[in-house]
Amino acid sequence: MSSPSTTLPPVPAPAGRPGTVPRLRRRAGHTPSRPRRSLLLTVLTGLVLLYSLVPLAWLVISATKTQQGLADSFGLWFSGDFALWDNITETFGYHDGVFTRWLLNTVMYVVVGAGGATLLAVLGGYALAKFAFPGKRAVFAVVIGAVAVPGTALAVPTFLMFSTMGLTDTPWAVIIPSLISPFGLYLMWVFASQAVPDELLEAARIDGAGEIRTFFQVVLPLLAPGIVTVLLFTVVATWNNYFLPLIMLKDPDWYPLTLGLNSWNAQAATAGGEPVFHLVITGSLITVLPLIAAFLLLQKYWQSGLAAGSVKE
Amino acid sequence: MRMSTRRLLRGIALISALTLGATACGGSDDGSDRKQVGAGDIDAALKKGGTLTVWAWEPTLKQVAADFEKAHPAVHVELVNAGTGNDQYKALQNAISAKKGVPDVAQIEYYALGQYALTKGLDDLAPYGADELAGKYTPGPWNAVKSEKNVYALPMDSGPMALFFNKKVFDRYKIAVPTTWDEYLQAARDLHKADPKAYITNDTGDAGATTSLLWQAGSRPYTVDGTEVKIDFSDAGAAKYTEVWQKLLDEKLVAPITSWSDEWYKGMGDGTIATLAIGAWMPANLASGVKEGTGQWRVAPLPQWKAGETASSENGGSSLALPALGANKELAYAFTEYANAGDGVQTRIKAGAFPATTADLRSEAFQNTAFPYFGGQKANQVFAESAANVAPGWSYLPYQVYANSIFNDTAGQAYVSGTKLADGLKRWQDASVTYGTEQGFTVKK
Repeated sequence: MSSPSTTLPPVPAPAGRPGTVPRLRRRAGHTPSRPRRSLLLTVLTGLVLLYSLVPLAWLVISATKTQQGLADSFGLWFSGDFALWDNITETFGYHDGVFTRWLLNTVMYVVVGAGGATLLAVLGGYALAKFAFPGKRAVFAVVIGAVAVPGTALAVPTFLMFSTMGLTDTPWAVIIPSLISPFGLYLMWVFASQAVPDELLEAARIDGAGEIRTFFQVVLPLLAPGIVTVLLFTVVATWNNYFLPLIMLKDPDWYPLTLGLNSWNAQAATAGGEPVFHLVITGSLITVLPLIAAFLLLQKYWQSGLAAGSVKE
Repeated sequence: MRMSTRRLLRGIALISALTLGATACGGSDDGSDRKQVGAGDIDAALKKGGTLTVWAWEPTLKQVAADFEKAHPAVHVELVNAGTGNDQYKALQNAISAKKGVPDVAQIEYYALGQYALTKGLDDLAPYGADELAGKYTPGPWNAVKSEKNVYALPMDSGPMALFFNKKVFDRYKIAVPTTWDEYLQAARDLHKADPKAYITNDTGDAGATTSLLWQAGSRPYTVDGTEVKIDFSDAGAAKYTEVWQKLLDEKLVAPITSWSDEWYKGMGDGTIATLAIGAWMPANLASGVKEGTGQWRVAPLPQWKAGETASSENGGSSLALPALGANKELAYAFTEYANAGDGVQTRIKAGAFPATTADLRSEAFQNTAFPYFGGQKANQVFAESAANVAPGWSYLPYQVYANSIFNDTAGQAYVSGTKLADGLKRWQDASVTYGTEQGFTVKK
């Protein structure tokens, strides 16, 4: 994640002399790359950083403003009155506290949907990686194909199918499609075939462990980094899911945060509606915080997962 | 599609004929006419009770639903905000296609009503007695909900046009409030010259606003007779509109701000946007969205195309309709009538809605309401006069929702490129003709 080129002291350009690389490697010690500072790269990285952080900064700053202040003041700096706490209280209290309901809905969709999707991906990925069975190539084709089809394209057929089953406008209509994560399955498949040595499985079998015990006691710990990665992906996807709930749900009581905030935003655009842009912004800030927290807390697992298999012992 | 539309229309005609025939034969239990039978059925249904699903985004309906439940304790009204405008129409279309989850009552704007009435089937409310309500409503909304013999919805609110203007801005630069569109153009020039940051209004291409102004200018681009449609933007009214609006665009006198954005609300507060020609439902939005404009804004009659005239038109407004696939018909009608013709109307007026009922518009209490937001002006007098002066003969396309959705790709190009507005309207016309033909309408240019 962090780029060594920006953190290390400047070093004269090596100019391709033989022996430069070992010397530098000695000096830099822990870093495997050449600590050459490139001005262009630094500037580009800085721009990208700015590009990614400015919207977030805007969100944080705007959440401290009143509806009035939002209109009057410059977007990227604070206005006179600091209304963050008022905004948060108002967000949770507006329309009989429906925001809390949406927050709980989202948490439920994430726990059941993303949790279930991860569980299925882990089970399926492990099975596909370590067991031979007829039709495996066909499964591979289906999984790859499923990765390529965007969820948006499937939303309307899914809606028609669910409505035949009478499941639209129920939380199941959001949870059941969220349980399927082709990309997560593929990732677990690749990860499991790398991270779980066949020899270990054989050893476990020889020691007399059944398949289920082997899975839980031997395989699962080895897969932990992969599981966290898949979990992060599915959590983000479910947390941010908008289109599927949009067409499935009509009852605002089952809305996730994404839909709920959009409906608050939309009420500014209707006769007799009340514009509450300050609540939409504060609500959005509250909505992104858990994701940021999840990334920060799970970062070490995730990073070790990304590096797995890159080094040959 | 074309055949099925025809068949559907024939079906509707047949059903209407059968209903009439049945009542003519005196087939009903107590031998009275169909309306009274309907009323008896409705009373029975209200006593029996049940759950009624209403899809609407109109905020004042919340109190109406609560009152209705209080009056009829056996009935539970499930008020669902399934989205605003287009979002709701998509959801409704989805539900109708799936034949599942269709609400018993749906809020539908006037411009979108034709689409559902003609192709997907809304219940005809005439057998429930809705045709008797004709005299209750102002002509604009009433024409929008009925065809020759069917009533597809009951008008909920209306949007007779008026000119909202920021008096403070006009006073500061000593500009007279325009009474004709020519004066409006001149005021736009004077204002922008006096303050380069101020614009007479905002416009980035809005199908609803454009059709309303065409309506007022006497243009009648859409002629609809069943499945036979004529689309023609080449009449004199359209020419009057494009001439003035083209000048506004060419001289960059309208602010490039999209309506309903936060920038729009902001612009009305800080004087960037000096006027709005918009429907009479706007005061509630100004009061809640542009608090800093309190006391600064006023309402005037819509500028005229010819000095001394009083022509007006409608902008927005919506109705409650009964989708054919919905259930609980009697309850649904009872609620619709309560909300749009009965006690619900007063409840909604109190919460800031603008009615479509003549009696309420004429009532002294309504006319004499002083708006603190408009510096104590009795703005309803302007609106009510506008409602009475709505020019007759306007109709929307049976697929106006689609047509409006392509406005910005066609006519709206005039706002972002060098295209002339008149050419843009021509393109809008062509695209609407093509789509209509594909959908099975007989479309003439």
